[in-house]
Amino acid sequence: MIEVRVQLEPFEPGDELARLEAGVGAVASFTGLVRGDDGLTAMTLEHYPTMTEAALRDIAQEAARRWPLKAVIVIHRHGRLVPGDRIVFVGTASSHRAAALESCAFLIDWLKTDAPFWKREEWADGSARWVDAKSEDDKAKLRWEE
Amino acid sequence: MAIDLLYFAWVRENVGRSGETVDPPAHVTTIASLLDWLSASSDGHARAFADRPRLRAAIDQRFVPLETSITGAREIAIFPPVTGG
Repeated sequence: MIEVRVQLEPFEPGDELARLEAGVGAVASFTGLVRGDDGLTAMTLEHYPTMTEAALRDIAQEAARRWPLKAVIVIHRHGRLVPGDRIVFVGTASSHRAAALESCAFLIDWLKTDAPFWKREEWADGSARWVDAKSEDDKAKLRWEE
Repeated sequence: MAIDLLYFAWVRENVGRSGETVDPPAHVTTIASLLDWLSASSDGHARAFADRPRLRAAIDQRFVPLETSITGAREIAIFPPVTGG
């Protein structure tokens, strides 16, 4: 099962984990949240509606090609979020812990560089700026080169 | 042939709109030359497309380099490097 969702609404990781746990030996997951530790008041995620879901599905299918996975769930929110809100969820299910853990890390690294989302941050002083892509994200993806 | 252009993030803000439909002349053959041609149409376009190393593109919802031919393209999106996840 590969499930990809792009949505405005919040999601509940516990519900997704319960679904992944049905009939497998190992489940790994990653949840990304909006940080609020340095004066950030809100974050708006823009995306490319006609491309986003297909891009996420391509990434999930690549993970399923590389590891023996029973299930993959990728959820990515868009719209305006505030500190503490969940942005992204990646969950993988397999018979083996290494496949679940490695594919989960692979998915989140690839999401950073291959999913068409852009973050705009708003700060307590009223300023706002688009987040710059990080070169370490490109390096994180490179470690998965075959 | 008419091509639908889409802009995202600060590219959209600088151009001043989220998209437009254009019919570029025959000498415009790649995305890079399309950006050159568009840059002459307004200050906003020129500002949006000035810093080429910070631009990325997709043709018909697939990421491609700026040197890619636009022949046959129906939709071209121009945007900064992605920052999701």
